[in-house]
Amino acid sequence: MKQTRIGSWLAIVIGTLYFVVPLIGTFEFSLRMRRGEYSFDAYRVVFGDPQFQATFVYSTVLALCTIVIGVLLVVPTAYWVQLRLPKLRPLVEFITLLPLVIPAIVIVYGYVRLYNSASILPMTGSARSTDLLLTFGYVTLALPYMYRAVDTGLRAIDVRTLTEAAENLGAGWATILFKVIFPNVRSAILSGAFLTFAIVIGEFTLASLLNRPAFGPYLQLIGANRAYEPSALAVIAFMVTWACMGLINVVGAGKQFKAAP
Amino acid sequence: MGFLEIADVRKDYGAHTVVHQFDLDVARGEFVSFLGPSGCGKTTTLRMVAGFERPSAGAIRIDGKDITRLRPNQRHVGMVFQSYALFPNMTVAQNVAFGLKVARRPAAEIAPRVEEMLNLIKLPQLAARYPYQLSGGQQQRVALARALAVKPQVLLLDEPLSALDAKIRVSLRQEIRSLQRALGITTIYVTHDQEEALSMSDRVVVMNEGRIDQVGTPFEIYNQPKTRFVASFVGTLSVLKGSVADAAAGMVAIGEQKIGTGRAIAGANTGDPCQLALRPESALLEGYGGGGAAGGDADAPRNRLRGVIEEVSFLGSVVRIRVRVGDNLISLDTFNSRGIAPPEIGQAATVSFAPADLLLLDGA
Repeated sequence: MKQTRIGSWLAIVIGTLYFVVPLIGTFEFSLRMRRGEYSFDAYRVVFGDPQFQATFVYSTVLALCTIVIGVLLVVPTAYWVQLRLPKLRPLVEFITLLPLVIPAIVIVYGYVRLYNSASILPMTGSARSTDLLLTFGYVTLALPYMYRAVDTGLRAIDVRTLTEAAENLGAGWATILFKVIFPNVRSAILSGAFLTFAIVIGEFTLASLLNRPAFGPYLQLIGANRAYEPSALAVIAFMVTWACMGLINVVGAGKQFKAAP
Repeated sequence: MGFLEIADVRKDYGAHTVVHQFDLDVARGEFVSFLGPSGCGKTTTLRMVAGFERPSAGAIRIDGKDITRLRPNQRHVGMVFQSYALFPNMTVAQNVAFGLKVARRPAAEIAPRVEEMLNLIKLPQLAARYPYQLSGGQQQRVALARALAVKPQVLLLDEPLSALDAKIRVSLRQEIRSLQRALGITTIYVTHDQEEALSMSDRVVVMNEGRIDQVGTPFEIYNQPKTRFVASFVGTLSVLKGSVADAAAGMVAIGEQKIGTGRAIAGANTGDPCQLALRPESALLEGYGGGGAAGGDADAPRNRLRGVIEEVSFLGSVVRIRVRVGDNLISLDTFNSRGIAPPEIGQAATVSFAPADLLLLDGA
């Protein structure tokens, strides 16, 4: 028993060091911009860069749009599969897993072929329509995570009986979805939303090949041309991702509409 | 023509028919229970009235209006579910108000109506609580208030008390019945608990394998069962296996002993096997002065069967005794009496009962 415990602790220590040491190294390097002393100069430069602000805001706006579209697409679909079409569940799950196996570069090349300026739907012809295309691409990339989160949330409530109860009281489908179903899977939706945000903020391939001013390409550009600022940006990106993960935990443990015993 | 008509309704799932030609008229304000074992079609029939299942044939009408093809949210019937189905994201008050808000009633009407409903179920102090903060009994009362708030034409209850403990069940069923009487609302109550059905209902519909076996008042169902299933499902029954001794005179041999049924046994010949049934309150243990429920004419001839006491259960106010008569076991219930000790196991005993109390079941 003692040997097992020592072994477990050893595994934890080695794993922690494996993840934490590079992070500490990156953070330490980001503080070395001013010669001879530690300082947050790299962070000041990054935060003061208009490009950082513009790309971060751009990616944030697109992330919010992705979340809204994703929620409006996934929640009714997962709800309908659970309520009326349980036999389609394996097919829907397969479809939602496809973005995990199809590389983003394949998706974006497909986009360029289908929507280039010579096609019947030239969405790449203008900035706004390309933004729309990029958003739909993000929805696709975030689909596995959003669907899993929402499906898990729906399984935790008695969807069928709640729907019947609401219908019996005179509610139509819109009322049932927005007044009964959505509020009861709120934490699941938020979990999916934060995962989507973390994915979109750091995404590079789609944004770069569609030539949009997103945060991912900005990270790559800074990385290729500066010394200390990329480390600062990496730490900032980690902070954003960890904040999202932390918020998922907070949302999951916070005010939850518990199912009645 | 009843207020609620379920006319020749049938329900098929593929090649399998789960409800066969269900025909019932329910009067306005009547409380009718659907009673039967699991899988007999009672909940499916209720769900067809609610609109959650579409009948394969037949029609459902409320107050003369055909609602068969209407969606559940167009039927204006209230339903209380077995699992309560309270909305977890809403408080008690919000749950009760839900139907009123969907119907776009003015706010000035909603608040007093919610208060009225909460007072009706005696839970005004819990208006701000969420369902997970309530006990099972409280949740069920809130579910009832929610269903009644919108003043439905018909109230449907699908085994609403089955998830509750015995004591709460007894008090809640009295409450439900009182409320139903006070409001005069036509009610269909689905249950597999015969005590619930018998104690609450104006009429009971006993169902078996998708069919109605008998419709009648609780008294009729219990004392005049028309089929063997109704006789055995409703109440306790002692089954006596014997053979016909004299069909015209209605005499049956139980081992070496003979008893009379008080009526001719139609379609039977001497020696044919037959089964008789007896309710526990109809039999008396002779010489045991605890008193039984058996009443009737004291001078009328009674059957007597000699046997041995096999089991005695002291249940408080009732003493349940089982007497072995050959291959048969007769259960009888007698009231407890302070001055008289219950009989001993192994003691010889004589059971007596009136011929009219015997139910003639189908053959062996």
